Amino acid sequence: MATIYIDDKPYEVPTGKNLLEACLTLGKDLPYFCWHPAMGSIGACRQCAVKVYKDENDTKGKLFMSCMEQVRDGMRISIADMEAKEFRAHIIGWLMTNHPHDCAVCDEGGSCHLQDMTVMTGHNYRAYRFDKRTYVNQYLGPFINHEMNRCIQCYRCVRYYKDYAGGKDLDVFAAHNHLYFGRHEDGVLESEFSGNLVEVCPTGVFTDKTLKQHYTRKWDLTMAPSVCHHCSLGCNISAGERYGTLRNITNRYNGEVNGYFLCDRGRFGYEHVNHVGRIRKPLVRAKLPEATDKLTALQAAAAAFRTGSVIGIGSPRASLESNFMLKTLVGDDNFHHGVSDTEHDLVCLALKILKEGAARTPSLREVEQADAVFILGEDLTNTAPMLALAVRQSVRKQPSLEHISKANIPVWQDAAVRELMQDEMGPLFIATIHNTKLDEIATHTYNDSPDAIARLGFAVANFIHADFPEVTGLNENEIQLARQIADALMAAKKPLVISGTHCGSERVLMATANITNALVAKEKEAGIVLTLPECNSMGFAMLGGHRLESAFEAILNDYADTVIILENDLYRRANAGMVTNFLKTCKNVIVLDHLHNATTEEASILLASGTFAESDGTLINNEGRAQRFFQVYPTGDDLQESWRWLGELGTILAHDRISHWHGFDDVLQAMVKEMPEFKGVDAVAPGTDFRIAGQKIPRAPHRFSGRTAMLANINVNEPKPPVDPDAPLSYTMEGYRGQPPSSIIPFFWAPGWNSVQATNKYQQEVGGHLKGGDPGLRLIKPDTSHTTPYTQTVPQKFQPLEGHLYMLPLHHIFGSEELSMYSPPIVERAPEPYVLLNEADAIQMKLQVGQSLSFTIEGQVYQLPVKISTLIRSGTAGMPAGLPGIPYAELPAWATLNRELKWKQQPQTTY
Amino acid sequence: MEKPLTQHIVPGRAPLSLKEYEKVGGYQSVRKILKEMAPADVQNLVKASDLRGRGGAGFNTGLKWSFVPMGPEVAKPKYLVANADEMEPGTFKDRVLLEGNPHQLIEGMIVAAYAIDASISYIFMRWAYKVAAREIIKALDEAYEAGYLGENILGSGFNLDMHLHTGVGRYMCGEETALLNALEGKRANPRAKPPFPQVSGLFGKPTIVNNVETLCCLPHIINNGAEWFKGLSKTGDAGTKLYGISGRVKTPGCWELPMGTTIRELIEEHGGGMQDGYLFKGLLPGGASTDFLVEEHLDLPMDYTAIQAAGSRMGTGTMIILDDQTCPVGFVHNLQHFFAQESCGFCTPCREGLPWVEKILLAIDRGEGKPEHLLTLDFHTKYLGPGNTFCALAPGAMEPLQSALKYFREDFERHIHEQHCPWSKAKVWQPSI
Repeated sequence: MATIYIDDKPYEVPTGKNLLEACLTLGKDLPYFCWHPAMGSIGACRQCAVKVYKDENDTKGKLFMSCMEQVRDGMRISIADMEAKEFRAHIIGWLMTNHPHDCAVCDEGGSCHLQDMTVMTGHNYRAYRFDKRTYVNQYLGPFINHEMNRCIQCYRCVRYYKDYAGGKDLDVFAAHNHLYFGRHEDGVLESEFSGNLVEVCPTGVFTDKTLKQHYTRKWDLTMAPSVCHHCSLGCNISAGERYGTLRNITNRYNGEVNGYFLCDRGRFGYEHVNHVGRIRKPLVRAKLPEATDKLTALQAAAAAFRTGSVIGIGSPRASLESNFMLKTLVGDDNFHHGVSDTEHDLVCLALKILKEGAARTPSLREVEQADAVFILGEDLTNTAPMLALAVRQSVRKQPSLEHISKANIPVWQDAAVRELMQDEMGPLFIATIHNTKLDEIATHTYNDSPDAIARLGFAVANFIHADFPEVTGLNENEIQLARQIADALMAAKKPLVISGTHCGSERVLMATANITNALVAKEKEAGIVLTLPECNSMGFAMLGGHRLESAFEAILNDYADTVIILENDLYRRANAGMVTNFLKTCKNVIVLDHLHNATTEEASILLASGTFAESDGTLINNEGRAQRFFQVYPTGDDLQESWRWLGELGTILAHDRISHWHGFDDVLQAMVKEMPEFKGVDAVAPGTDFRIAGQKIPRAPHRFSGRTAMLANINVNEPKPPVDPDAPLSYTMEGYRGQPPSSIIPFFWAPGWNSVQATNKYQQEVGGHLKGGDPGLRLIKPDTSHTTPYTQTVPQKFQPLEGHLYMLPLHHIFGSEELSMYSPPIVERAPEPYVLLNEADAIQMKLQVGQSLSFTIEGQVYQLPVKISTLIRSGTAGMPAGLPGIPYAELPAWATLNRELKWKQQPQTTY
Repeated sequence: MEKPLTQHIVPGRAPLSLKEYEKVGGYQSVRKILKEMAPADVQNLVKASDLRGRGGAGFNTGLKWSFVPMGPEVAKPKYLVANADEMEPGTFKDRVLLEGNPHQLIEGMIVAAYAIDASISYIFMRWAYKVAAREIIKALDEAYEAGYLGENILGSGFNLDMHLHTGVGRYMCGEETALLNALEGKRANPRAKPPFPQVSGLFGKPTIVNNVETLCCLPHIINNGAEWFKGLSKTGDAGTKLYGISGRVKTPGCWELPMGTTIRELIEEHGGGMQDGYLFKGLLPGGASTDFLVEEHLDLPMDYTAIQAAGSRMGTGTMIILDDQTCPVGFVHNLQHFFAQESCGFCTPCREGLPWVEKILLAIDRGEGKPEHLLTLDFHTKYLGPGNTFCALAPGAMEPLQSALKYFREDFERHIHEQHCPWSKAKVWQPSI
């Protein structure tokens, strides 16, 4: 700690930071543009100037940029100094010479950092009277709108896009006062993290194009803290609504999880909430009209329950509470996992490894600190995008620390650190079935079948620790690579091994467990990250349940005749023929979901459940972190949370436990009581009766027009604001205006800070943890005593099969996830269906790119256009996982080639 | 009068070939240091000679070198870069040395590289110096052939590669850190200091950037010693200096003269005095980014110390003369047009301030000036100072403006009051931006 004097008042600040960070942490309002807590300083905008004095006798002082000055003990500075203030106001004046002053029609207006800083500096009147320079804007794809005239040239966009996120197609062009920030030509921004430009840009150059479709100012939004439902990482988001439609998703800072950024799937994949295919009323097929009211539907469902024997199928994309409620309703023995059996087994294995393995799962923030990384079988950019972004930061870690300490450069001086490091990267090894976007920063990549990847992993574990099983039959290159990886992991202080369920191989997971156990046995502080298929896969696995196959058998063997399906499209979980057969055999099919799909078509009773934006619930992410999400806006009676539907159903059925639960808190308490795994989940966020000074936390920001005007165009009579029975949040702007506890921050705002930069005010120290600790509770603890091999069984080499291809799933950030594919902009970025073949295989089969290949997997015939790669292993092939338009297959699986079918015209089943 | 740097340069004649250069004592300094001196000795000798950087800043060269980390432990390779990107308006002294005696530069660079233990060196040259580039390439070939460059120079075990890099014409590249970025293939934006290039320079490795004239002094210091070099000067600042004059004097040109020759002597004796019909009004002593000096300063010796004391900077030592028939507002506007255009666009005050200044000056020059324009110009000269902007470009641009506003304020005011340029007969020149 150091003592610095700001305007003659002493303050204790941590050393190793720059003055700007220190001042902001102290809560001072010091304006800035080019500095960003995640990206450090470059000193370009000159906005954060302060007076620095040599000593207490120096009265004149000199202007310094606070972002470029290291905190020194005894330092004397002044923020309030007249000259410094005047200079800061002039900086805004200069920036404003060419700014179009179009706040009234700018999407950023009301949440604009430039507006805030302009007000903060006190710059009021323009002195510049000459023409402004203008630009031609670019088309940047379906996510981002470009309006270059507003640019204040802070360089943040290119620093984020190129330096931080590794993008290649955004840059700064030209010079002097005609700088241009954009692409070399119009076109879609390629990065999977382009959406962050919206928040990184201090003004309205890059704005959210999806918000533009149904634009609303920040101050008119109703926002709630939520958790992203589009992958297993559980990034924290803020979802904003107005007039019953979800308008946008913004980042909700969580120092441990997503920090300042989100991936594009998470940010732009929310349109399923507003989709025309939404189920907005319950349906009872046996009655006409089918669409009915809540009570009729519940009674029909209750009747089906009373007359039949019921099994339940849960869902990994539904909240923990909904799944728990279903499990309670149908009984433990009748609760089934609505995922493919492969996935069920993989996720259970992953959970087992995390619980019984010796290594701990680091949070994303800790991943950024890893100094050697080995990835097995995961294409992170497509399966857990934010983890890929974290790995990108981690590879800079090891060389940068070494260099900076030698050259005596502060960590925050970004340009200097990058200059010193050049292209030097820390060790990153990637073994996957096909190339990944992270390959470009990898020390070494290895592409082969999942078994070969597992064998490489086992070999690495063996090289780390001789007690671990040996792998025979590796070739010279593989042995060398395994040794290199083992050495790099052993040389690191915080080695990290990443794997997951997405290549569909249990052996890869076991190999990962062996490596981390071996590292811990060698007393390394090793980390293990396992990515999972969906947002609540982990919670689902912890909850426990039978396989889907046994659900099918239960119905087909007459054990049960009624099924209740929770937020799940079974046609994405199992072979279409089997699912149809199953659903047709059931006497009654009760489905709770929010979107019409193939499964809801077969439902005899359909209950309209709320999406994440209309529900409260808990998700458990891949690290075992329980996180609460809150309803953004109330729904009518006919549309409600799945757990509420099930609770009401249980009450009608006079269920012995459910009928005593009267709200979200009761469900949560019951779950925690009954399942010790979930101990503490009820404390993740404050309960319903939480109040500060007797007030709830408002979901809507302060607005001078007041809530009374919100619906004035519809009715001047002020309606009674709806009351949220499940959360300590109000739906209006009325409530406690100070800072709420970190888990229920609906939006970031502070006086004078209307943009997302207000996040600074909510952190213990700028860029660090939120005040009161980052939200979320870790439920899984590793068992450090397990330093023995997880398994002794090493898989055999992969053997190709004549006339067959071993079909592997290839994941796409845009395309493979179910809900995001209801968003038109995401669909625009999704690939066309294809099958990926090894080049040699394609030559042998006389196939060229674009020709179609016909094959069968478990009776399902596919005909897909061919793509060719040299990297995918011969004898294996890949096809997109989860892409709409390709019938489901449980991958990986052997595909039988249909030679004779190739030239035949196929009926509808072909693609 | 000794003229060590230009002694072998004869206008109109091709530069000396390697053979001829060796015959007149060329490369003796290289032989001497490789045989007799350790790098530290060379550094100390140059420090003792008080050689100050001739690029404009006037920092002690030996001292600059001493910040380079030495020894076997440090990051390799180290780099030496010759700054031959002479783009300061009115400056043409390095051109004389580059075109006139390329071997002298190469020899100086070998000495400097040896002193800091650099193994790779670059000559970063202004694109327009086509003749110089041709001569340098020829000389480099000869030097490699003769074993002065390459592996194991003259059997000493010292290795040095030397490359010519021609820029694409940005004034910014004359700033050493922007030059390094350009050399790396990046945008020619300057870098923040610290870290200084001595620690993290080209490709993040220790690097020294020296001006061409500075480097050309080195062989002579090695051969003749520090005291001799100090003795060349008339004043406290050591050595000779290449001075130049442009503007309406009778014989504009470039001359090597003892450091500290007075301005009057330069103009009257070497420049031949003002052209007939023109009166002296002011001068920029060392290129466009230095403050104006006027009549009262003519008897000052041209050296770093004296010119600095008079409120200007010696800069490159090549002066531009303003005569009474030229409109000072138009003169300054022309300079500001150059600076605004050459701003790299990195920091706000320079990127946005200079074009504003330029537009105001154009408006004043056109007779469209307003009294408040002078206030705007004043706050620019105040706030575009060193430290407030990212590098020295904008402060440099403000130097002629602030001194013009000081010495020629009534001319500015007259423009505004009369709504007309008193000097203008024809249409005002319009920049193409």
